[in-house]
Amino acid sequence: MTYFLQNLVNALQWGSFYALIALGYSMVYSILMLFNFAHGDIFMVGAYIGFGVASALVAFNSLGLVVLPGWLLLVLTILVSMLLTSFVGMLVERIGYRPLRDAPRASAAITGLMIGIILETGNLALLGAQRVRLPTMIQSVTYDLGGVFITNKKIMIVLVSLGLMLTLHQFVRRTKWGMAMRAMAYDYAVVPLMGVPLNKIAAMTFAIGSALAAAAGILYGVAYPVLDPYMGIVFGWKAFVAAILGGRGSIMGACLAGFLLGFIEIFVTMVFPSTLRDLIAYGIIMLILVFRPHGFFGEAYSARLRL
Amino acid sequence: MAIIKRITSSLAAWVAATPLLAWLLGALAAVLLEHGVGRPLADLLGLPKVPVLFGMVLALKSPGLILSAVAYGTIIYIVPIVLITRLGAGVLNQAAAGLLRLNLSASVVIHLCLLYAVLHLWSDISDYRVLTLKLTLIAVMLTLSLNVINGYMGEFSCSHPGFMALGAYVTSVFTVAFFVKDKLFGPPLLPPELGPYFFPVALVLGGLAAALGALLVAIPSFRTRGDYLAIISLAFMFIVKSAIENLEVVGGARGLRSQPDWANLPFVFLVTVLCVWVINNFVNSTMGKALNAVRDNEMAAEAMTVDTRRTKIVAFMFAGFWAGVAGGLFAHVLRYVNPATFGIQRLAEVLAMVYFGGLNSVYGSIVGAVSINLLGEALRPLELFKWIIIPLLLILVMIYRPTGLVSFKEFNVRRLVSPKTPPGGDR
Repeated sequence: MTYFLQNLVNALQWGSFYALIALGYSMVYSILMLFNFAHGDIFMVGAYIGFGVASALVAFNSLGLVVLPGWLLLVLTILVSMLLTSFVGMLVERIGYRPLRDAPRASAAITGLMIGIILETGNLALLGAQRVRLPTMIQSVTYDLGGVFITNKKIMIVLVSLGLMLTLHQFVRRTKWGMAMRAMAYDYAVVPLMGVPLNKIAAMTFAIGSALAAAAGILYGVAYPVLDPYMGIVFGWKAFVAAILGGRGSIMGACLAGFLLGFIEIFVTMVFPSTLRDLIAYGIIMLILVFRPHGFFGEAYSARLRL
Repeated sequence: MAIIKRITSSLAAWVAATPLLAWLLGALAAVLLEHGVGRPLADLLGLPKVPVLFGMVLALKSPGLILSAVAYGTIIYIVPIVLITRLGAGVLNQAAAGLLRLNLSASVVIHLCLLYAVLHLWSDISDYRVLTLKLTLIAVMLTLSLNVINGYMGEFSCSHPGFMALGAYVTSVFTVAFFVKDKLFGPPLLPPELGPYFFPVALVLGGLAAALGALLVAIPSFRTRGDYLAIISLAFMFIVKSAIENLEVVGGARGLRSQPDWANLPFVFLVTVLCVWVINNFVNSTMGKALNAVRDNEMAAEAMTVDTRRTKIVAFMFAGFWAGVAGGLFAHVLRYVNPATFGIQRLAEVLAMVYFGGLNSVYGSIVGAVSINLLGEALRPLELFKWIIIPLLLILVMIYRPTGLVSFKEFNVRRLVSPKTPPGGDR
């Protein structure tokens, strides 16, 4: 039982990375009906920007002018990196997606893939192939709850991701910009005629998605402090799968499917050897899609799919 | 400006008046010339060796030699081709017309023989050229077969590396187990001398295995379309890769080696020609037109008595079969495969070739596969930056020609081998 609970905690943490990244895919999809295939690499870029910001802040702190507590450093790192990465997202939209808005969807998918490769290679060219470590900002404290070990980092990661998801939900539901986004998702063709600026909304969607990916990148770096240029591939594709599994364009679905994917992966490794993880996880996903062809919350295939 | 216009128009007139036969003979003369005087000429121009890929690699490595490389290329390739196409166009047009009157297939076979002679002589200079050529031909097969699904049927399938892996492994296991003394499978079960005769059988088996695997993607495609099908095919690719990694019988993640060296250039060339021929006939058949109907509107196709389920199954299995054959050849060209070869990287490469060349077009697939492959080899000295230049190029192509360079163009063999008349002239 404790073993099960322990894995449950790990799965929550693992799933929150997937959920945060999947949100970016899903939001872009709901507005533009395109998947941003560079999103996994934006997650990687976000983690690296976080690495840069954190190193700078830690260096500044060690000068001794103002001594900031560790948690404040982390919060600052997350906020600044989210801001910076959102610019990367907007740039990707401007270069790779805006010129292709009326092109076949597959073409945009290819530009996304290629931008992803450019980001990876650019990172390799700038920083070299060796991995970097995110500086430690908060000390790990382990709590023992009747045999289940929970670290303060795990609690922080799950809480921060849930907080970000709730904030996003409130933003989409309650603000004028959120309303514009929902309107755009409802009808991509007519809503711009009503004076809603399509380009601004699209850029904003990319920015928000990228910011969430950056947060996921830093949280990942807090949990597993080794970053490498190809980390975006594994996470990106799996989160993409989660976004589809949740039903394309559904924010709630993306969160749930992200957590579900985390659970599947952790519990598969609990029972089977870890080399079988991908095999079984993807097998389950294939089965789910065969029996629920539109994911959990997706709508049925309709004329809205522009191909 | 007027001068440029005149030059381009005269170039266009020249190209329009030159039959394929002249180009092939020109290329043949060029490679013969390279065979004869390539070595001494390279020495004379101060080049360390004969430029392997038209001097591009050399020019990037040591920019001081660019002029010599250009001079070499001009003397060896451009001069003979220009001379023959310019002077021989009239005679060769008549020859092409005569061949065509004789028999279409005879004319095609003669053209293919010429093409093979050119490729053989060209690649004879170095082993590197042979390898590049073989891999390019295999890439043509892969790209064409993916184009059947992604271009002609309009689905976004990501499972091609999976089909390729199935073909590569089944073919390799067959050849290694039966004809090679190997650590994994022990002594050969059949005399190795028989091996080369069974190689086509092995390839067909690999192709059939891949086609069976394709069923796993084809059957869900009845209910699932678009993005969801993309995920199913992606999951299929990961499942195949992961399954092979866990199969210790075939070497697991370490891979499978010691495939016999049977995939020589003539064989790969023959299989590629067969593949192009069969796929071209397939996409021009009733079934091929049904693919387009399914792409453009599935419901309307169904109403027009197209059996959409059968169409999808046939398309997936057919494409899977050729991807499997290409995979089998790939394994025997490199003589080593491991599951990591068939991952996301390979998928990005194949997709890039399909979309660069052009959707719904046999020409496009050939153009895409050849140009991306040769570009990849030529930019090799740039190491990392190669992976910035090629994606940038592809993004530009996507922005200015979203369906690829030569999309939606029919591959007409008769027109290809027929004589060309200058514009304005009588036919």
